[in-house]
Amino acid sequence: MTTFEVTAEPRVAQSLETMLTIRAFEEQSAALQAAGKSPSMCTSVGQEASAVGVMSALDERDQILTNHRSAGHLIARGADPRRILAEILGKSTGYCGGKSGSLHISVKELGVLLTSTIVGGELSLAPGVALSRQMLGGEGIVVVFFGDGAASEGIFHESINIASMWNLPVLYVCENNQWQAYVSRKETMCADHISTWGASYGVKSLTVDGNDVDAVTSAAKDAVSYVRTERKPFLLETYTYRLRGHMEPDTQQYVDANELESWKQRDPIATYEKRLLADRAITPAELDAMKARVRATIEEAAQYAMESPYPSFEELTTNVYA
Amino acid sequence: MSTHEETSMRTMTMTMTPDAAMAEALAEEMRRDERVLTFGEGVATKGYELAKEFGPQRVRNTPLAEGIIAGTAAGAAATGLRPVIDLLFAPFVTFAMEEIVNSAGKLRYISGGQFTFPMVTIVRTGSGWAVGAQHNHNNEAWFVHSPGLKVVMPSNAADFKGLLKSAIRDDNPVMFFADIGLLHTPGEVPAGDHIVPIGKANVAREGADVTLVSYGKTVLSCLAAASTLAEEGVSAEVIDLRSLKPLDEETVLASVRKTGRAVLVHEAAAPCGVGAELAAMIAEKAFSSLRAPVVRLTGPDAPAPASFPLEAAYAPGADAIVNAVQKQLAN
Repeated sequence: MTTFEVTAEPRVAQSLETMLTIRAFEEQSAALQAAGKSPSMCTSVGQEASAVGVMSALDERDQILTNHRSAGHLIARGADPRRILAEILGKSTGYCGGKSGSLHISVKELGVLLTSTIVGGELSLAPGVALSRQMLGGEGIVVVFFGDGAASEGIFHESINIASMWNLPVLYVCENNQWQAYVSRKETMCADHISTWGASYGVKSLTVDGNDVDAVTSAAKDAVSYVRTERKPFLLETYTYRLRGHMEPDTQQYVDANELESWKQRDPIATYEKRLLADRAITPAELDAMKARVRATIEEAAQYAMESPYPSFEELTTNVYA
Repeated sequence: MSTHEETSMRTMTMTMTPDAAMAEALAEEMRRDERVLTFGEGVATKGYELAKEFGPQRVRNTPLAEGIIAGTAAGAAATGLRPVIDLLFAPFVTFAMEEIVNSAGKLRYISGGQFTFPMVTIVRTGSGWAVGAQHNHNNEAWFVHSPGLKVVMPSNAADFKGLLKSAIRDDNPVMFFADIGLLHTPGEVPAGDHIVPIGKANVAREGADVTLVSYGKTVLSCLAAASTLAEEGVSAEVIDLRSLKPLDEETVLASVRKTGRAVLVHEAAAPCGVGAELAAMIAEKAFSSLRAPVVRLTGPDAPAPASFPLEAAYAPGADAIVNAVQKQLAN
């Protein structure tokens, strides 16, 4: 069981290092795919601040449901990059023994449960996990990560409605990354903000700049505190952008170049580095050392994953039934 | 002799409808295990006695939204509860296929065995209420084809009770198909903790000349046909599958090896149905015992009609079974 540090102040340097680790991990995964050494995967490049900010507001009592774009959430929760990458490569040392691949990695020991790659699947499962908390006791809350695409599924509305009616402790985190696979959100929904939908279900809602890790951390702490105390759902929208394509490889020819460029200017990592350096919260030397540590971690993860064995053929039919 | 018959001889029996037997099974299991809860559309309203005994936490009405009912059950099952959900009519399960098939059925395997899904989904189907094709669709084979799920469909009050209790105690997601036409026909149910194991067929009548395999209310048609055939000197064995997955292959194969003839009967349509699976299994594993080609008697490849006479004609009846056996014997 991983232990979680409880800090009063935003974990500035730690937040930056975790975001750098996620970015390096995703770029490593994509490089392995490009080299023909890995199946495809959906990266969370550009969305690191959302993952790190929300996770930093949680503790070991809490449970998390994520989706196909999960590496950021997993790393921010403290999962071992070696075992995530091994899972992506379908190796026996992966968190699910290689049977998940990149798309539905769960890590029960860290409270990351029931990851579903069916867009909206995680939304259907979250109220039940929270119902267990409600009936079996404990102060833990349930956090479910989904995107603007999943919010377009009917199940989002069914999920948040039942969570509201049954007073379930669910923090809904909509990572509005502006893309629903290969379709721009602007083509599919009238609202700019998913958070405006929460009021229809009597659920308190807030949109936060999803590219500002300190802003996400602060908003998530308030939201978590509300859910933990009131035992009611909350909808937090982290407004962000998917900087890479839907899945690897993706030339992103369908993406408006100006739009992409404007969001690159707001890269959550580059802007945070700049801010920390300007505030003297970190020195250039410390930043260099941090980046070297991250590089070493990810190189080691790649080596571990590549060298790990595939599952034995007996695994083909194990764990179908309990 | 079946487990159920053995139990009946030893114990007191009560006369009750399958509907009442299911309610009793649920109440007994909720008393036995406080992790068991039930929810669905109108579950607390119609099950007011259950709601009175166990309270609003464990007996819940839900929004009219099958997807979130099933998804909530799967999430709760994976994290310590044992939900029994009622989706009313089998065609309504189309709104919950994602949650039942993709989540409850697959996430154990996908996660490398990190989660179990002890949940029961109750649905009703079959002719008898003239409710038409969007309330009546024997789609049980869809779930037999979906890995990770178990599927049961009882034919009598005792099995309704015993199978539901087993389903609630099972650590896998179980689809419980209740044949509408049987729900209000009283039958004998052993008193007390009556359990029917999942995966065990019942030899409802022993015979030597032909094996009739069925489940749900067409078991009754097979038994009626067997009585008629007996008058003609033909000894028919009737197997009530009770569980469609896992399938009790041994009981079916042992019978077919004995009789050399198999007539497979169900209300669901033929293509890729349980009868097709049985026919393939018999061909693979008991071919040399066969004295005649296997025969399937099923509902037509058509939506279920509402009109009473058409609906009654949908499911294979005793006369059709008798005719099929006579033809097979002449072969």
